[in-house]
Order: sequence, then structure tokens, then C-alpha cells
Amino acid sequence: MSGENILQVTDVSKTFGGVQALLNVSFSVQQGEVFGIIGPNGSGKTTLINCITGFIKMDSGKVLYKSKDISNRAPNQIANLGLTRTFQIMRPYYSLPAYKNLIIPLFSPRARKKGGWRGGGKLGDRGTVAIDILEEIGFERDSFVPYKLASSLPTGYLKRLELARCLALGPDLILCDEVFSGLSMSEIASMVPLIEKLQMDGITLVMIEHRLRELFRVASRVMVLNFGEKLTEGVPEEVMADERVKEAYLGSEKLLDYTFEA
Amino acid sequence: MNKEIGAIERRRERLDRGIKVRTEGIYAVSSLKEVAYLALPRLILIIGLLLLPLLIPSLYWKRVVSIAAIYALLALGFDFLAHFVGLVSLGGALFIGVGGYTAALLNKSLGLSPVFTIPMATVGGAMICTLLLLPALPLRGVYFAIVTLMYPLTLMRIIEALNIFGGTDGILGVAGFPNRWIEQYLIIFIVIFALFGLRRLVNEDIGLVFRGVKDNDQSVRASGLSITLYKAIAVFIASGLGSLGGAYLAHIYMWSGISQFALDFSVIPIAATVIGGGGTLVGPLLGCFFLVPISEWLREFGTLRIVFYSVILMAFIMFRSEGVMVYAQRKYHQFQRWVKV
Repeated sequence: MSGENILQVTDVSKTFGGVQALLNVSFSVQQGEVFGIIGPNGSGKTTLINCITGFIKMDSGKVLYKSKDISNRAPNQIANLGLTRTFQIMRPYYSLPAYKNLIIPLFSPRARKKGGWRGGGKLGDRGTVAIDILEEIGFERDSFVPYKLASSLPTGYLKRLELARCLALGPDLILCDEVFSGLSMSEIASMVPLIEKLQMDGITLVMIEHRLRELFRVASRVMVLNFGEKLTEGVPEEVMADERVKEAYLGSEKLLDYTFEA
Repeated sequence: MNKEIGAIERRRERLDRGIKVRTEGIYAVSSLKEVAYLALPRLILIIGLLLLPLLIPSLYWKRVVSIAAIYALLALGFDFLAHFVGLVSLGGALFIGVGGYTAALLNKSLGLSPVFTIPMATVGGAMICTLLLLPALPLRGVYFAIVTLMYPLTLMRIIEALNIFGGTDGILGVAGFPNRWIEQYLIIFIVIFALFGLRRLVNEDIGLVFRGVKDNDQSVRASGLSITLYKAIAVFIASGLGSLGGAYLAHIYMWSGISQFALDFSVIPIAATVIGGGGTLVGPLLGCFFLVPISEWLREFGTLRIVFYSVILMAFIMFRSEGVMVYAQRKYHQFQRWVKV
């Protein structure tokens, strides 16, 4: 951990009609760390990400990214600052081949500044860069998988494609909305090193997860949300030992056994 | 697709023809046959369009070909917006009207010749239409369609009520083309250029962004691109094509009037897209060259022509709803066989 706060969220609140989705949620993420956000279903995790990335206008609160106020800015402006997100329900361009999915983020102002008008500078055009990124994220370069239509790819690859879309922007911070969900154990096992590699590359990650065991392998700190409010925050062992978390999360003492047994 | 015949279950399987696979990469083209496979359909279309004015004897039908070409520009714009950007536009009448009035006003008030008025009306008309539609761009589907339909109706009534731009008489005495060969061939070249230009555009990187907006606009925003900006660029391109057609129409008829806001310009391109096959670009173009002459030919049946017209459309929607070109392209590129299940 190198100290500096890359993201600072202060008192974010959001109501949908009469439902309080978020109430005065505050947290900060340090440069280079993996920060986990956990909580039972409907606790406001995805809403929080939507508020930070501008997809939903928050009612009140403030988001500072690299000490710059980005509260309620347009999603595309925020993405261009290097704060990207994945979607929990994957949102690929189904009618395009996998590698052409990446040409769209590579066409963004942020990526163009780096890559010039062809997209890859001296490296070639955007297609070449896209294949490189896909290889990095686990698509075999010489197979036909990168060239298949996104509509015919299995979930595991679509989750990777979500991450690849973020990477194509050259991000500093990625908000991952459940990248492990819907994957088989072996697929998750191959995703974890990928996350560790991103962290080593200097990318800060905020991960919403239900797969606690895998999350705790990579995350240095976690925050627990319940009914839109922040319960607690800290290192995983500490947080999971908290009685309130146990009660809110599973309503059982088994949580600890499950998480740290293996 | 499962069909039971006797006791055997069969399934139809479609596979790409060998020649399609071989010719997909440009480096693989190694025989005249393969070159012909690639080039022949395009050449037939281009040569066919270029021969049209020569083969048709009567002046009346030559004029119909020019009008069909103007409709083809609208249909290309409609297909581009609907199938590559995800905006269903009924704005054909708006584009034609704005383009026509712009060209006529430039010609009458500034005395510019068609050499200048047509390009100026194309760009100027596209800018006016894009500005008018800018507030509607966040809308999707039928809501956007309604706004695009509202504008031509409103503008028509405004011109009528305020009696501006010649009121109901329109602007008379607009300059015509210097000779009829230029009049006929220029628009055909423009149509060919627009067709191949658009086909290239949708496969370029910016075209992929357009298709991304259609497929998944939230994802495009998450990729750091403003969907409103790219929708505006797409509307600019489509309305530019339409305004070009409108300017051309004004110079062909040497007149511009409120009938250029007629709903025909919005509806026929859609009908042509249904018949020709949406998403192919060439289909809607051919649909116009089929529908517009039919519509003219049916004129002698008076109001009955609407009935014939509807029957043709209904037959297509019921029996070939994918459109002629989608069907033809599939037959050209793929073969099918029965396999046991």
C-alpha cells in the first residue's frame, strides 16, 4: 500500500421512491490496494458503484477521485479519467466478435490520446491492440475464441471480456461488480491470479463479491454494507469476527468457519 | 427447424460455402472464379444502376428513376440509423424538406448555381436537422420515431400559417440542371457512392462504435464515449443523405414547396427496407428501385393503388419478413443440407 487515497467517497445517499438504497456511505480506497465491498443481497453494493461512476445520480454526497470532485459527472467523462467499471450482468456487444468489442473502448478519447489515430501507436491498429489485451486477460491468441461473436461466448469469457473492456481504457481504478459470480470453481481459480496480476500492474481495484474466500485472498481491506448503510470496515479477519456482520450477512455463526476453514 | 419425416428426425444445417471462406481474407483470392465471386455481385449492381437511364426510353420513366434514387438515399439513411445505430427514424420528410428549402432559398436569394447549392444544402440541411433532433437523441425506439415524425408536420404547418418561403405556393423558379444526362447520372453516382461509403463506414472503428450504441449503449458510456455525440454524428450522416436528396429534388422540379414535407418520404424508405432486407444497406436501395416504379405504375388505378401497395407489403411481411437481400445473401454465401439428429 502506498498511502495516497485514489478514491474518497463521502456521505453518499440515494433513495428510490421510498426505499433508502444508500444512507451516508463513506469510505476511501488507497492507491494500489484491492478493496472489497460485501453485504447481503439488496444492501446497495451495485447502487454504490452506479453512483460513483455516474450511471445513477446520487441524492447527496461527494466522490473525490485523485482529489478531483467527480460527483454526478457523466459516466463517459468519469471513464475517461481512468475510473472504469464492470457490469454485474455482462454487457458485451453481442453482435460483434469478441476482439471488436474492445475497439469501442479503444476509440475513447482516453485511449486515443495514448494510441494515436490508428489506436496502437507503432504497435498497429486497434484490432491488434485488442487481441493483445484479450490474450492478457486469458483468451488464447491463436485459437478462434477472440474472433467468435460475443453472443456465442460462455459466461467465463464474457466476464473476462468485461474486465478487458476496462483494461482497454488504460484505467487507474477498476470497480468490479461481481466478476466471480456465475463462474465454476475452476474458472474462479484461474481468475484470481488475473486479479493479482492487475494489482501488480499498479491498478487499484474495488471488488464487490459474494465469493468471500476468493475475495479475501486478494483484498487487503473490506467494507460491509447492510440495508444501504455501512456496518464496518477493516481487514477481512477483523470484519468477519464482528457480531453485527455475522448477524447481517448470514444470520449464522457458520460464516467464519466457511470463510477461513480451507 | 426440426421437421419430423417418418421416423427419422432431420435438421437443416447451414454452412458457409467453401468459396466464401476462401475469399474472406483478401490474400486468399487466387483464382478468377474467386475474384468473380467477390466482384460480380457488386459489378452487376453498379453496371445495372448505370445502365438504367440508357435502357429506359421515356422521359417520364427516366424521371421516376431519379426519384427512386432520391428515395434510395433516404432508405440508406434509414437502414443505417435503424440497424447500425439503433435509432428508428421517420424523419425522411424532414430531411427532404429542409434540404429542398435550403437549396431553393440559396438559389433564389443568393443566385448560387446548383453546383454550390447542393453541397451547401447537404451540409447545412444536415446541421439543421441534427440540431432539431438533438433534444430527442436520448430517446429510444418509438419515442424517437414520434419526434422525427412530428417535425415535418409542424414545419409544414408553420410555413403555411406564417406564409413564409412562398407559403402554400412554394418557391418557384429554382434553377434546373444544365442537361438531363447530368441530372440522371449525378444522382446515380451519388447513390452508389453513398451505398459503398456507408458499408465501409459501418465496418470502420467509428462504425463499430455506432453498432455498439445499438447493441448496448450503457456499455458504450462505460467505455468513455458519449452516446449523444455518436448518435448526433450518425443523425448528421443520415440527414445529410436526405438533405442531399431534397436539394436534388428541388432542382429537378425547379420548385420547392410544402409537399416536400409529405409523409411519403418517411414511409416509403421503411417499406423499401422491409422488402429489401434491413441491415444489408443494399436491400433498401433495391427496394426503392422496386417500390417507387410500382407506386408510379399503379397510379392509373387511382386510389386502388394503396390497396395493391398494401397487398405487396403484407405479402413480404408474411412470407419473406427478413427481406429479399438477407435471403439472397444467405443463398449466395451458404449451402444447406439435411442432417440426422
